[in-house]
Order: sequence, then structure tokens, then C-alpha cells
Amino acid sequence: MKKLLSVFLACLMVLSLAACTAGGKGGNAANGKVKVGFIFLHDENSTYDLNFINAAKEACEKAGVEYVLKTNIPEGQECYEAACELADSGCNIVFADSFGHEDYLIEAAKEYKNVEFCHATGTKAHTENLPNYHNAFASIYEGRYLAGVAAGMKLNEMIANGEITPEQAKIGYVGAYTYAEVISGYTSFFLGARSECPTATMEVTFTGSWYDETAEKEGAVKLINNGCVLISQHADSMGAPTACENNNIPDVSYNGSTESVAPNTFIISSRINWVPYFSLCIDSVKNGNKIPTDYTGTIETGSVVLTDLGKIAPAEGTAAKLEEVKKEIQSGQRKIFDTSTFTVGGAPVTSYMADVDTDPAYEGDHEVISNGAFNESSDGFRSAPYFDLRIDGITLLDESY
Amino acid sequence: MNKKEPLFHIVKRDVLPWYKSWGIRAAAIVAALVVCGIITTITTGLNPFKVYGSFIQGAFGSGRKVWITMQNMSILLIISLALTPAFKMRFWNIGGEGQVLVGALATAACMITLGDKIPNALLILIMTVSAILAGSIWGLIPAIFKAKWNTNETLSTLMMNYIATQLVAFFTIVWEVPKGSFTVGIINQSTNAGWLPQLFGSKYLLPIVIALLTTISMFVYLKYSKHGYEISVVGESEKTAKYVGMKTEKIIIRTMLLSGGLCGLAGLLLVGGINHTITTTINSGQGFTAVMVSWLAKFNPITMIFTSFLIIFLERGAGEISTNFGLNQSFADILTGIILFFIIGCEFFISYRIVGRKKGDK
Repeated sequence: MKKLLSVFLACLMVLSLAACTAGGKGGNAANGKVKVGFIFLHDENSTYDLNFINAAKEACEKAGVEYVLKTNIPEGQECYEAACELADSGCNIVFADSFGHEDYLIEAAKEYKNVEFCHATGTKAHTENLPNYHNAFASIYEGRYLAGVAAGMKLNEMIANGEITPEQAKIGYVGAYTYAEVISGYTSFFLGARSECPTATMEVTFTGSWYDETAEKEGAVKLINNGCVLISQHADSMGAPTACENNNIPDVSYNGSTESVAPNTFIISSRINWVPYFSLCIDSVKNGNKIPTDYTGTIETGSVVLTDLGKIAPAEGTAAKLEEVKKEIQSGQRKIFDTSTFTVGGAPVTSYMADVDTDPAYEGDHEVISNGAFNESSDGFRSAPYFDLRIDGITLLDESY
Repeated sequence: MNKKEPLFHIVKRDVLPWYKSWGIRAAAIVAALVVCGIITTITTGLNPFKVYGSFIQGAFGSGRKVWITMQNMSILLIISLALTPAFKMRFWNIGGEGQVLVGALATAACMITLGDKIPNALLILIMTVSAILAGSIWGLIPAIFKAKWNTNETLSTLMMNYIATQLVAFFTIVWEVPKGSFTVGIINQSTNAGWLPQLFGSKYLLPIVIALLTTISMFVYLKYSKHGYEISVVGESEKTAKYVGMKTEKIIIRTMLLSGGLCGLAGLLLVGGINHTITTTINSGQGFTAVMVSWLAKFNPITMIFTSFLIIFLERGAGEISTNFGLNQSFADILTGIILFFIIGCEFFISYRIVGRKKGDK
């Protein structure tokens, strides 16, 4: 028995030694070889992570570079360890997809100076002063707005068909947390809907989790019982779309098409396409260029995209209208957070100090209103959203999260 | 013989010599690996040996991986050791999760509110005391109810977990940065105030050393101290303990203070030494995993080193499999489940043997 044990242990040690020799201490791309490591909070069952995973595969395969995907990495020291392991195994770009990964990625970035660390949704790159640490996001509020336009047209169709009165055009929204990213998302969605259907109002409920299928489903059902006639969401499961399909309520989802679970009620979904950013990072490392500290993808860069419209639910003429509005946004003719289109506490907003620099004080530190609009995710500020105004017409049902 | 004997029947074994019982365990692991291999090949078409190789690589693939494996093992070991005296006393403390969480919460509270206001050494001392105290209190409450009114401790310790989780959720919202993000982030990232010291320049060594010390102390405490003896008497029969004049109430309360306090210590290490943040999932269910670790080791602190290693080895390997082969984590969980099933199942064959119908008896 002892012999057996020692044979087993010997095998173990040989194997581990062999594995040890595999990786170096993170290299730069001097030899022209790029390897990208990705860290995801969940796996492909979360629409949020699936969107990143698909983009990662597409960008790396297009560029012909090696890549490693690490899924189910929690927002703790595990993220630091995963980032270090990726750097150890020779990755010269390490990417993480969840907000809570940021601090741990920064720790790894301090340690591996010749590896580029890129982080989606983070807020600290512009204040951290680490040359190898970068944030990225997209002007997804433009996509949300367009999805809102499709929702507004659906509301108009329902009014025209006599299904609801103009006063009953109430939208329900299932959010995760009262976080700027969520507030910016539902507000732009609402403004898009109201640009088509002026009597639209909205109720928002929060689940207190980015991914909680049961809570999202229950949240959607609660909103439907409250009289909401159209649902949208900023939480990552199929909970809300499923509830909509069960109750035959039209649904605008997020992060990708949910038509598979809601064929009769799915209208459209906006999402961030991460391929342009990943490609940019890979090319930058290949060619020795700098990756921007804060990257904001737009409609032009192909980062903000809409899925195909649903086959059944969307109102007639939606596709043409979306094209038209999209052109107006691209030309700058239509601004999403145009201060003439919304009020806060009954008054228009003329000045607002947003909390752009992250610190425990939550104090506003940058004036973000200029030229008659709230400048979301703009140059000189940061890529992650900071719009957190509570505009009139939107009721928050609960704010505990 | 008129009555037909059943095809086989089960007989209680005498105590097996150690090499036989370990032989059965080894056979179980081999059988588990064979079953896993068949399932892997059928469902994924992968070479099972490559998959097993990945398991080993996940735990030992690089110097860093070895350290992480040992660190994770240490935390699980400390929690398992914490639960053990209670289990030996037949007090089913399944509240380890909550006791660790409140310890973690107390540590984070000290780091956030006192960071940079007092000297670091003093801060770490306060953190340690409050973490252990918080864990103890979380263990004490169900213990008092059990000792005074004989309430069911399985339920009360379990329910205390949920209270702890909600408390942590509440304070996460109080401390979140930025607002609405439900993320505390790394506490004192720039100043490192309240971060537990690194031993010999290694990030990973401190929990390992503490786990070793705890293992030895717990072994001595249970085996050679008067307290340890009292615990095992209460565990065998509370009535006997009372009859021979032991104060069972006192023993229950004292043991749960120890159990909870050690869990609190694990919380201190998780927040002050490893993660430097607080989340509701910081302990990732180890309070429950520890129940299995402790049972598998038959409450022997030294054996627990191996059982906690086994669990962490499987866990680290599982993560590596999903990364290397692009398989979902659930697949690795299935393999882990099969292996654990065999290992736990083989304990049956160590205690009992199956006797077939004898041919001549027909």
C-alpha cells in the first residue's frame, strides 16, 4: 500500500513538474505572438457573459491568435489569481468582464508590467495612472435609445389598435441595482420610447443581483400585475423574457436576442459588440501601439448594435424608423440625453456634477452638461456610464439595492 | 433448509486493519476514475487521461497554482477543524458558513472604519479579536438555545447562516463604491491598512501556517485534554455525562464558542489575508463543504489534512478542465460528484461486507 502511494505521489510530482515548465513570466509581443486571456464572472448561461465569450472567440479567431477563457471567476482574490495565472502562462493581454473584477485586475497589473490588462465597465483606469491598465465600455445608451424607439412604436400600435388607452402606456423595467450603468440604460431606453409615444411612463424594479432568474421573473410579473404593458430589462437571465412570453406581454431584452425563449413577444435587443475592442487590443499589442486608457465603442465602431427584430411582436415600420433615428444619432442631429427632452423634479437640468472619479464619498466631480445635453461616456471623462439623474416620468418601485 | 436464503446479505465487519480499509478506499478512487473516464469519453469524446492530466495540472500546474491550492486547502481545513469539536459532541453545527461570514464582516468593519486611524499592529489585533468574537457569538446563540431549552441545533445553526448573509448584504450596500454597484472593492488598496502581514514575502504562507498550527492544537485538544474527553463523553451519551457529574450545558456552550471562534478566524484570513474585500459569497459555501471534510476524516484532525486536500484538488482540477477543454463548469462538477460518491460510498464497504449465498446451502 505504501508502495502504491509512493508511486502515485511520484507520478504526481513528475506531472506537475512537466506542467511547471510550460509557462514563462508573461511576455511582451516582441516575438509577434499574441495570446489573450479572458476572465468571465459566469459562463455562457448568462447572457452578459455569453456576449463577451462569443466576441472573444470571434476576435481571436479572426486575428489568428491563441486565447484562453476562464469562466466562473468570482469578484475576489480569485480574479487576481486567475489574471496572474493567465500572465504566467504567457498571455500578453488579460481581459476581465465584470465590474467587481477591477480592483483585483489592477493588483495584477501592478505586478505584471509588460502585460496589458483590459477591463470592461470599470471606472478607475483614468485615475489609476497605470500604463498597462485600461477600461472599456460603449455608448450603449444609443442602442438602448433605439430599442426604446422600437418599444415606443409598439406602444403606439397598441394604442391605435385600441388595446390600451394612451394613459395606459406604462413600461416596466427590471433592473439589477441602482447603479449608474443601469440608470443610464433605463433612462435612455425610456427617452427613446417617449420620443415615439409621448404619453409613455415607466416603472422600475430592482432585483439586487446581476443574474437571478427567479427574481427577474418575479420582478417582471410584479410589473405586469401593476399594469405595465411592455417590459424591458437590465439583468442577465432569461427570467423577464420568459415571464413576458407566459403573459403575452411584448418584451425588449438586452445583451442579445431572446427570441428563442420568447418567440411571440420578443421585439428587439440592444447589445455591445466587443469584437471591435478586442480586435483593437490585439492589433495594438501586435504593432506595439498603445491601448487607449478609456475606450468608448460607438455605433460607428460597430460596438453598439441591435439584434434582428422579432418576427411577430414588433410594430409595422419599425425597421425603417430605426434606420432613420440611427442616422440622426450618428449625424449628431439627435442627442440622447438632450436636456430639453427631460426634467428632474419638474425643472430642466442646466448643470450637473457627475461622480466620474470613483471614491467612497460619491461626490460629483465633473460638470457633464454642455451644449444642451448630458455628455455620457464622453472623451475626457470615462467610458463607463455616470448618468444617475432620476428624471420625471420614471417611478422607482424600490431602491433597496 | 426450507426457507430460501437471499442472494446476498450484509454483515457488519470487525474493525479492519488500516491497510485493508485504505485499500478499499484506493479501489473506490480507481473505480471512480474508470466511471468518470467512460462518462467523459461517451459524452465529450475527449481522452479521459488528458482530462485527468488537467485535473492534476489545475492543482499543481505551476508554482503559483501549488500555492493557491495549499492556501485554499488551509482555509477549508481551518473551517473543518472548527466544526469538528461540535460534531464530536453530536452537536450538528452546520452554521459554519454564517460563523465565517460574521467573522469576515467584523474584519471588514474594522478595516473600513479604523483603517489609517490607528497603528496597523493595533488594527490587526482589533480585527483578530473582533473576528473571533463575532464568530463565537454566532456559535454561542444556538448553543445557549440547545443547552437551556434543547432546541434543534441543526435548524438554528442553519438559520443563523441566512441572518449572517443578509447582514453582509446590508453592509455591502452601506460600504459599496461607487453607489449602486453592490461592490465594496479592495479595502484600503492604496494604504494596505489592516492587511495581514506576509510571511517571508509570500502572499500565501500565513493561512497555511495558521492551518498547520490549528490542526496540531485541535488534535492535542481533542485527544489529550480534559475538555476533549468531556466532548467525547457528551457525544457518546449526554445522560452518561450528566450522571458522572459533567456540566453538559457548560461543555456545549464552551465547545460552540470554540467552534464559532475558529470559524471567525477563517473569516479574518479570508478578508484580512486573502480577498481584502467583503461579499456575501466570500466563503463560497465552504462552511457546508467543511461538514463533509470533517465527516470523511471521521473527525480526526490529521486525516482532515488529506480530506480537505482531496476536496480542493477536485475543485481546482474542475476549474482547469472547464478552461482547457471549453467545457462547462457543470461537467467538471459531474466528475467531482462521481468521485465523491465513490469515496463516500466506499465507507459502507469498510464498515460492512456483503456475503453471497453459499452454493452448498441450496
